[in-house]
Amino acid sequence: MTNILFFKATLLFYFLGTALFLLSLWDNRKDRGDASQTAWPQKFAIFATGAGFICHTIALGIRLKEGGYVPLSNLQEAVSFFSWAMVIAFFWVEIKYQLYILGSFILPLAFLSLISVAALNNTATPLNPTLVNAWFGIHTILSVLGIVAFSIAFIAGVIYLIQDRFLKSKQLTTLYSRLPSLDMLDQWNRQAILFGFPLLTLGIISGALWSQYTMGSLWGKNNSKQALSLGIWFFYLLVLHGRINIGWRAKKAARLAIIGFIGVIFIFVTLA
Amino acid sequence: MNIVIVGLNHRTAPVDIRERLSIPDSEMGNALYKLTDNPVIEEGLILSTCNRVEVCAVVKETHHGFEVIKQFLASNNHTLSLENITPSLYIYSSSKAIEHLFRVASSLDSMIVGEPQILGQLKDAFDHAILHKTTGIILNKAFKKAISVAKRVRTETKIAESAVSISFAAVELAKKIFGNLNGKSALLIGAGEMAELAARHFVGNGIESITIANRSYERAVELAKNFNGEPIKIEDFEAEMVKSDIVLCSAGAPDYLIKTEAVKNVIGLRKNRPIFFIDISVPRNIDPEINALDNVFLYDIDDLQHSVQTNIESRKKEALKAEEIITEEITSFVRWFKSLDAVPMIVALKDRAENIRQSEIEKMANKLGNLSEIQKQALEGLTASIVNKLLHNPLTVLKKEVHSTNGNMILETTRKLFDLEALLDSEEKEVHDPNKK
Repeated sequence: MTNILFFKATLLFYFLGTALFLLSLWDNRKDRGDASQTAWPQKFAIFATGAGFICHTIALGIRLKEGGYVPLSNLQEAVSFFSWAMVIAFFWVEIKYQLYILGSFILPLAFLSLISVAALNNTATPLNPTLVNAWFGIHTILSVLGIVAFSIAFIAGVIYLIQDRFLKSKQLTTLYSRLPSLDMLDQWNRQAILFGFPLLTLGIISGALWSQYTMGSLWGKNNSKQALSLGIWFFYLLVLHGRINIGWRAKKAARLAIIGFIGVIFIFVTLA
Repeated sequence: MNIVIVGLNHRTAPVDIRERLSIPDSEMGNALYKLTDNPVIEEGLILSTCNRVEVCAVVKETHHGFEVIKQFLASNNHTLSLENITPSLYIYSSSKAIEHLFRVASSLDSMIVGEPQILGQLKDAFDHAILHKTTGIILNKAFKKAISVAKRVRTETKIAESAVSISFAAVELAKKIFGNLNGKSALLIGAGEMAELAARHFVGNGIESITIANRSYERAVELAKNFNGEPIKIEDFEAEMVKSDIVLCSAGAPDYLIKTEAVKNVIGLRKNRPIFFIDISVPRNIDPEINALDNVFLYDIDDLQHSVQTNIESRKKEALKAEEIITEEITSFVRWFKSLDAVPMIVALKDRAENIRQSEIEKMANKLGNLSEIQKQALEGLTASIVNKLLHNPLTVLKKEVHSTNGNMILETTRKLFDLEALLDSEEKEVHDPNKK
């Protein structure tokens, strides 16, 4: 039961972090051009996120100890893990680039995914224990990490379109001055997909192997999830090919990252 | 004798006339000699930049002077006739000419108000004239004054900030598009003052290669030297855009040089790499439609000015402040200039001598006690004749030489030798105060 308590504390802290990060978007102080500067809402937001992350880690740890297996046996746990990995990604980006403004985009996503599974709490059914083996754990971890990478590409794409719009419309607001450059966003997009694609590939392979061990075939019959996953895999393959060989970069790449992510979330939520 | 300016600038003349009239540095000496060859021109100076060609001169007779200078300008390029250029010419004399000179030096007359290059160009023009000894006491004083006025305007108003901040704004925008400017390349179409200023900022911020396309290839070569850049022919600029991340256009062409279709091709060939266009030409030389294309960002001079924090109101205030400084300085210069006229000088000199004579007689009369009427007359006669004898030659020379080539120097020397400054000033006030009321 303690893990539920920590889980609720996590939700509370992430909510605070999200609210403060969103508040900081409307911070109109004249810190133009200095994106690394932090205002008080951001400072508190980072603090709340840190506290939430600690609670989240403890909750996941307790779950692991109680269940005796990697806590990824159902959608709810997978989403919780996704949200936890997103927060890690957030801290990694913060430390590397000191762009606190990104919290305003990453944390709401982490919070929303976590709150949505909290709402699903009662309906979630644990997976048949016989289906849970090492391949399943590997499959889920790799897939979720892949999705985290695609989420980062998605966020980079969204910010790219926002920044592009600011530059085109010549509305050089305070927010414009605090968002990173188009080139940097495009680089993140590229790197996140380059990072996410092998994870997705390995996730699909390990999923097939798990299917082989549990159901005796690499490819489940009428398995729409596998088919759609393969579809997404081809989509990202095309995106990478387009970027490297045809020049699908900049605005086009941003749009593609957004479309891809919507597909990923659709599969993740409806068919997990 | 009068100070006159005849010239044309970016507002009055299209670029092809400006270009054909402009005088390269190498030919400046001959041009100056040719100008001052005519006896009506006492002193002469030529200012030739991308945006203006102006002749500033001291002439014996104003209207005759105007005609001579117009003829001189038209004769500089055989493809142009006087009829071609006359509609583009402005002419100023006396205090209007001084005002124009001060405004040009202070960059109030520039295409981008406050750009700092013009003062350097004005100094260069002045140096050329001094080197070839075509200026004299009046233009020397006028240009020294113009330079000091420009410096005063620069330090006392924020006018210079606006031009610097425009190129700063362009760099900031480029950074928001490209992140880091290291390794990026820029193409300058047109090689005017503002292009130079912006290029300096770009290079200072890491831009690695600069290519310069200009209608006059020589000018492109000249500017390219400053930035280790590559000059190209104006016809080749479209192909060059494919390689360029930033395109700065200040060509001053009468219509759009860069059209949507061309940019569409460029973007395709660049494989969607973003491209940043800056159009500082008036009228615009880049079709505004291109801003609608993906990965193309177009900013014109107004957009840049808007993006700079200082708002239009405060810029207007600064310009007004600058105009006030100029008005102030004109008054003091014009006072000096008028003092060079022979008549007030002669009057002042006579007054000065008479004042000294009177005060000395008074002192002597007190010492000598009661003098008879005859003695008094003798004293008067003696002093008056000494003064007259002493002043006879200076006054004759002044009257005779005032219209010679040395005239102004003689006037100036007289003023200094006899310390006539205060007297001339008071006279000036007497003349001018009623007008002011």
